[in-house]
Amino acid sequence: MSEATGGVDMEEDTSGKVKKFLYVNRKAPYGTIYALESLEVVLITAAFDQDVSLAFLDDGVYQLVKGQHTKGIDVKNFSPTYRALEGYDIEKLYVEKESMEARGLKESDFIVPVKVISAQEMGDLMLTQDVILSF
Amino acid sequence: MLHTVNKSPTERNVLESCLKYLKKGSVVLLIEDGVYGALKGSTTTKMVEQTLKNFPIYALYPDIEARGMQDRVIDGIKLVDYSGFVDLVAEHTTVQAWL
Repeated sequence: MSEATGGVDMEEDTSGKVKKFLYVNRKAPYGTIYALESLEVVLITAAFDQDVSLAFLDDGVYQLVKGQHTKGIDVKNFSPTYRALEGYDIEKLYVEKESMEARGLKESDFIVPVKVISAQEMGDLMLTQDVILSF
Repeated sequence: MLHTVNKSPTERNVLESCLKYLKKGSVVLLIEDGVYGALKGSTTTKMVEQTLKNFPIYALYPDIEARGMQDRVIDGIKLVDYSGFVDLVAEHTTVQAWL
């Protein structure tokens, strides 16, 4: 009984409510389609005025590296799109420090301003979300 | 034998495996996400530099450039374009494509 009413309550509570979405990016940009697909879904969520954060960890940190030139592999260079996210009010980009350092990267190597955080802090960030989508 | 590696060394252990099996006359070519194995200052750099003492390692430049790594390639790794890739394949009787 309480479960059934809980379901109804939830529906009422969430109509029109802004949810916190976290996109977890763990893949390098061009070897697989994950990075591009993530970006597409991020832009869709943005159209619904949700509270969006992006996390880059493991090989996902490679997505943000400056100076990508994809003419030679005949694939669309989607890295400039990260710079356009600001225009959709998506400004919370987090990079995990350990992942960045393990790949010889620094904050200044990224195409957009990011917040570099520890794995510990990343875990806390995940805890505060309503929806987590992993790519 | 020409060994090609197309996966990132920080996502899969295929580069590490491949390097372990190299024998006299072996050559390694890094392609696609495998080019992250050519990266300076990463956790896999040392392993690659060690291998370079005994075996030539090549990396496909268009894949390096696509990933913005053009200024971070380990010294001693030779960069090739697509026709260089074809030459390497033609020069070796066997190609082992690690996946």
